[in-house]
Amino acid sequence: MNNPEPANNMLDNISRFDVEKVRADFPILKQQIHGKPLVYLDNAATAQKPKQVIDVISTYYRETNSNIHRGVHSLSEKATAEYEAARDKVKQFINAASTKEIIFVRGATEAINLVAQSLGRNTLTAGDEIIITELEHHSNIVPWQILSQQTGATLKYIPINDAGELMLEEYEKLLSDKTRIVAVGHISNALGTINPIKTIIDKAHAVGAKVLVDGAQAVPHTTVDVTELNCDFYAFSGHKLFGPTGIGVLYGKEALLESMPPYQGGGDMIQMVTMKESSYNSLPYKFEAGTPHIAGVIGLGAAIDYVNELGLDAAAQYEHELLLYASEQATQVDGLNLVGTAKNKTSILSFTLDGIHPHDIGTILDGEGVAIRAGHHCAMPVMERFKIPATARASFAFYNTRAEIDVLFEAIEKCKKVFN
Amino acid sequence: MFDIKDLYQEVIVDHNRSPRNFGKLDDADTTLEGFNPLCGDKLTLYLKTDGENISDIAFDGSGCAISVASASLMTDAMKGKSLEEAEKLFNEFHKLVTTDDEYDAEYLGKLAALAGVKDYPARVKCASLCWHTLHSALHGENTPVKTE
Repeated sequence: MNNPEPANNMLDNISRFDVEKVRADFPILKQQIHGKPLVYLDNAATAQKPKQVIDVISTYYRETNSNIHRGVHSLSEKATAEYEAARDKVKQFINAASTKEIIFVRGATEAINLVAQSLGRNTLTAGDEIIITELEHHSNIVPWQILSQQTGATLKYIPINDAGELMLEEYEKLLSDKTRIVAVGHISNALGTINPIKTIIDKAHAVGAKVLVDGAQAVPHTTVDVTELNCDFYAFSGHKLFGPTGIGVLYGKEALLESMPPYQGGGDMIQMVTMKESSYNSLPYKFEAGTPHIAGVIGLGAAIDYVNELGLDAAAQYEHELLLYASEQATQVDGLNLVGTAKNKTSILSFTLDGIHPHDIGTILDGEGVAIRAGHHCAMPVMERFKIPATARASFAFYNTRAEIDVLFEAIEKCKKVFN
Repeated sequence: MFDIKDLYQEVIVDHNRSPRNFGKLDDADTTLEGFNPLCGDKLTLYLKTDGENISDIAFDGSGCAISVASASLMTDAMKGKSLEEAEKLFNEFHKLVTTDDEYDAEYLGKLAALAGVKDYPARVKCASLCWHTLHSALHGENTPVKTE
């Protein structure tokens, strides 16, 4: 994605990616909104689910539903096998060293909270420093603010430039032997900026800090290899990866996870419980208290199968062509201001229209069947940086088409008509 | 038949473009902020009363067309109203944007242009932010108002 293909290859790439075949897998896309075909461009908020995922979840509840890790009966054994098979799929998907490093959580938010509380609260003290960035989603800000209040550690922010890119020279100034944790988004949900996380990780390790990467926006758009990245933690949500809501993954290096105390107590995370004390289960179960979202895990496994089959690299290439096509059209619209123009960005088009509030854009676009997000995108510091209250955000997935982007821009013209 | 113009009527577009009573009221006796944390709409309401009537009212802030037009129309309608009439108008407006009940179009005047909002549940809070702020101000509350 760093180097867009030259224009003469663009048509080749688009024609090679069979988007109509892909669209047929997503039942929700066939519907009409206000009498017009749905144009779903809110993929950064949550992605739609292919029938392969929906069917697996439905089949689980119809044929397999049972509690895992404790039954001796056939259904429980089958459910446990499917649950653990999904863990193995996740392990391979992000190239982790072991399934012990794959913790199932509710989503990226819970993954980050787990690390902040289990690692951070037990190892940080006053004077220690945590570095995050101005680009972060609230889920990668607030857990660190809470941790700072609890421990007296100081929270520092890597600033961004006018294009919405991290200022790495400022990052280097923030790093010191006081830095304990660096937490950074892989891809910005508000602007689409792809951050140079390998560089960020290496520099943090050079001062002995641990690094958490919030990959919620990255896993649907790029191949992630945690071993190559050498990050200490990597968090993502299933629902942005065409899987169910309510399920996510925390990857952590095994030795680190071993050293961390449990985040929550309950069933399944124990080895032995007496009235006086308990001993804890081994990884990854130490961090999975209570009956987990079994159907969600199995559904996430199906979503990973789906994107693997599709080929994430080909899909990402296609999405990038969509972004170029949309960005080009955006520059032709009078009064449209793109927010976030990083050289290295994924398929997110955040914009404002002169004199029209993003919420009004959102409502008028909905009237044309076009679903976008309007607001601060849970990234209020980004809005503050650009001195705007909100943006309209169109975010693309591999099932979107150039024809849909044409509909988006016709709807944007309609916004201007309503307010003129 | 769905038509976006049912929501964005001429009156609303006009009051958004040129909001009336917009700006700080220097001799206000009550100033109260309203904030919609979900979408970031923010306004400050300035109110001057003589104990019985709203003698002057103004607002400033930023928000979507629905919230700005609603505040502009509300301040126009409230100026000179008795506190009792203000309460009645608040209740009528609330009914207008949240229920399918018959409303008194003549009584509401230009405010009836906001009737379309009730078909957009996510936008009702935009239209009602300034009204809740006024209601709190008239009832002597001094903590900023939030609608979600």
